[in-house]
Amino acid sequence: MTTQEFVTFRICDQMFGVSVSEIHDVFRPAAMTPVPLSGAEIAGVLNLRGRIVTAIDARSRLGLPPSTKSKTCQRLAIGVERYGESFGLIIDEIGEVVRLQESELEQNPVNLDATWSGVSRGVYRLEDRLLVIMDIDRMLAGAGAEDAAAAA
Amino acid sequence: MDDLLSEFLTETSESLDVVDVELVHFESCPDDKATLNNIFRLVHTIKGTCGFIGLPRLESLAHAGETLLGKFRDGALDVTPEAVTLILASIDRIKSILAHLADTQAEPTGDDRDLIAQLEAAAEGGLQSRLPPPPVAKVEAPIAAAAPEQGDDNGRWDADQGRYLRPGEVSLADLEAAFRSADGPEVREAKPAAVAIAEPDEDRKAGPGASTIRVNVDVLESMMTMVSELVLTRNQLMQMLRATADSEFKTPLQRLSGITGELQDCVMKTRMQPIGSAWKKLPRIVRDAGQDLAKKIDLVMEGEATELDRQVLELIKDPLTHMIRNSCDHGVEGPAARAAAGKSENGTIKLHAYHEGGHIIIEVSDDGAGLNTDRIRAKALEKNVIDAAEAMSMTDAQIHRLIFAPGFSTAAKVTNISGRGVGMDVVKTNVELIGGTIDLKSRQGAGTTFIIKIPLTLAIISALIVGVGEHRFAMPQLSVLELVRAGKRCEHKIEQINSTRVLRLRDRLLPLVALSDVLNLIDDRGDPDHACIVVMQVGDTRFGLIVDEVFDTEEIVVKPLAKRLGAMCQYSGATILGDGAVIMILDPNGVSKSLAGAERAISRASDEAAAAAAAAKGEGDRMSLLLFAAGSTEPRACPLSLVTRLEELDASTFEMTSRGHVVQYRGRLMPLAAAGGSIRREGKQPVLVFSQGDSVIGLAVDTILDIVEDRLDIQLNDTAPGILGTAVLKGRSTEVMDVGYYLGQADPSWAAAAAQLETRRVRKRVLLVDAHPFFRNMLAPMVAAAGYDVTVASDLQEARGRLAQDAAFDVVLADADATSPDALAEVSSARIVPLSSRRDTEAVPKSDRHALLDAIERAIRTGEAA
Repeated sequence: MTTQEFVTFRICDQMFGVSVSEIHDVFRPAAMTPVPLSGAEIAGVLNLRGRIVTAIDARSRLGLPPSTKSKTCQRLAIGVERYGESFGLIIDEIGEVVRLQESELEQNPVNLDATWSGVSRGVYRLEDRLLVIMDIDRMLAGAGAEDAAAAA
Repeated sequence: MDDLLSEFLTETSESLDVVDVELVHFESCPDDKATLNNIFRLVHTIKGTCGFIGLPRLESLAHAGETLLGKFRDGALDVTPEAVTLILASIDRIKSILAHLADTQAEPTGDDRDLIAQLEAAAEGGLQSRLPPPPVAKVEAPIAAAAPEQGDDNGRWDADQGRYLRPGEVSLADLEAAFRSADGPEVREAKPAAVAIAEPDEDRKAGPGASTIRVNVDVLESMMTMVSELVLTRNQLMQMLRATADSEFKTPLQRLSGITGELQDCVMKTRMQPIGSAWKKLPRIVRDAGQDLAKKIDLVMEGEATELDRQVLELIKDPLTHMIRNSCDHGVEGPAARAAAGKSENGTIKLHAYHEGGHIIIEVSDDGAGLNTDRIRAKALEKNVIDAAEAMSMTDAQIHRLIFAPGFSTAAKVTNISGRGVGMDVVKTNVELIGGTIDLKSRQGAGTTFIIKIPLTLAIISALIVGVGEHRFAMPQLSVLELVRAGKRCEHKIEQINSTRVLRLRDRLLPLVALSDVLNLIDDRGDPDHACIVVMQVGDTRFGLIVDEVFDTEEIVVKPLAKRLGAMCQYSGATILGDGAVIMILDPNGVSKSLAGAERAISRASDEAAAAAAAAKGEGDRMSLLLFAAGSTEPRACPLSLVTRLEELDASTFEMTSRGHVVQYRGRLMPLAAAGGSIRREGKQPVLVFSQGDSVIGLAVDTILDIVEDRLDIQLNDTAPGILGTAVLKGRSTEVMDVGYYLGQADPSWAAAAAQLETRRVRKRVLLVDAHPFFRNMLAPMVAAAGYDVTVASDLQEARGRLAQDAAFDVVLADADATSPDALAEVSSARIVPLSSRRDTEAVPKSDRHALLDAIERAIRTGEAA
């Protein structure tokens, strides 16, 4: 039985999980600089210990309404390193680390929204709620990439 | 790769570069023993190293070269260009073998018998046969002297190798003996590779290069990154310190700050390399080019020690090489041509590098023939780079810059050095890619100078921090020309043409674009009374960027843009400011693209609006009109398309002849006519310049007022000569000038053509079909003045009617822009001449009086012949 550790976090009312190994750090995004013309998913760029981090707004990426906490500094971000670049995925609340059996991962329900199924690797049925396992690569690639792939 | 081998490759290629340079130098002054010794030593080292690493092919080649060099050194042979070429050829062969070695770690198959044979022949004095035979004793004696030193006489049988020894070669047995007596190579060979790495360093400590070590570039890069971070952290700390009144950290922080600054400088220095290292190959290139082209060219290099970032250096290498080749090929003339021009036979190409501000300037100049303006102009016309009107109106300097246009090459013949027409535009693109600029100065007969301005480094740039609303952006200083404050209380104010914003800046109209529009920011158009305009130059485009605020300039560390954001052309990167905030760096190129987009959008919108208006009114056409005052305070107008240039000429240079006023203008005499007023006697006289084929005519006006784009709706009145009619422009009634009338006054040849036709008595009949009243009104009198009987029709239907009524028309002038003249062919046997208000069609341009009258004349002649 192989198990995997996941960091859980909340976006809107949904719990998500990402493999621990994929997460670099969790930080509070401060002094974010918006990037005009970049599309709603890009929350902006920010300075994280001397590195420029591209912040992705998870709510916008998933087609959820903007957070009521208008100031991003009240929110949290998951730091991810991809292709030598730093990304921050802005989430609502960080959860805990859970260890789950790989065999228990269930496929996405067929009626799941295309945007969501695009970024979901599968679902765990926890006791009190469902945990969607997020595909970070796809999440960062942007909605445009999916459309392009679908078109091609 | 084997460490020993890679070390060998690096070292050898460095040595070879030196040999290249030294050989070229040696050729020009064969008496320089020191140079020759240096070359000899380097080639000898290469040969030796090849020997013990086990590279027989390289070794034998190097050996043959060394033998020849030995003869030079001993004075046995005179240094000839042929011999030097031969050695250079063998150096090239060695380089290609080395390249193969680097790729595959093995010597390529094949041999170099051809080269070796030549080298040996040369060493025997074979090449000298073409020259006067040298004194026999001179050749014989040194060989005899050299032979014992080299082991034995030529052609001795070597049992170990099973062949005759090459000239100057030592038998294996002797070599073995020599090796045994020396301990160096054997010990080295026996050592494992790990030790061999350390050893070259020891060697260097002993040699002249003891103070340098090789460091992996990646280490330098990461050092640079870390220092950048350190600087930013330092800045943050300093800012915090400023906020607190008194702190115990003050003194240590200031020391930290100082040391950080020094560290930054040091690390920057590690990235810097003298530009001379990019020039190493150039003497050889010039020499070879000189030989190929039978030209005598000297290369002078100044400022080789000028340092710049190695990244920039790499990027500038190829463009420079290309430019030097160009100078050899097209710049410097052959010896005969130079002598004829009274110059010394030796042409000189000069490279000069120096620092200026945060930039490095590289000048490549030659003392050749200079650029041939007429040929460039003709070529540009032929290749459709410019049109005839542009060719006329461009200054010499502008014409010269056309050599940077894509697909442009003036070389009459394609040589193997250059001339494939991909030259200067590629150079320009490459230079601009690294944020540089290129310009040129040329004087006929005196030479050409190219001036390249490039940033010292790409990692740190000087940037202007601008603000729009709450956003801040960095703008590379290199493309910023000046800052202008516009507003009510300022000298400058933003004006609008249609919805396009422009700024009057020193008698020029500068197109403006708001940064908030470029970036699609929600901006209430700021406060129009307090806008800052950043005047920028991108390539040939100059424009103003409207921003709300300009903060200051800052040295910024450019960080590449995340790929996720990379698709946006408006940004070239991001940076972290001293206060820790991340801001985007604007890409001037991308911004200028949105300018073009805006222009297109505006012109499209206005086109549509005009089309709609025209459809509603039934007729009318938008055109650019030049407004000026002449004779009275009332504005006058003439179509801008007819005007070649606007000039302000010094009235004191005007001369009076029997034909009226003339002025020397661009090497020719230009007749002047007054458009209503009088021609000034002193001060500046604004002149509208018109050109027709080879003749140029100036129309003196009082002041040039404006250029407007408007629908022209002329109410024809025949009160004054020279006036086509009056139209309402910008809310004022404006007289529209009959340019042809005034020009006829100034230059009788314009009228002469008409008069000549007049004398033919038989008045030919012309039907003019044009939907635009302006052109009808402009062309009809002009054609009539040329002696034709003109009937006008405003559309095809009317024209058909006229032709049906009366078939006796000789020529039909039909507007090809709005109608299709061919439709009339069935109705009438008259010759049809298509007209167009554009110049890029085959139709006769309406604005070209000569061409139009010629076309009518031709049509009549062919009609009569038929």
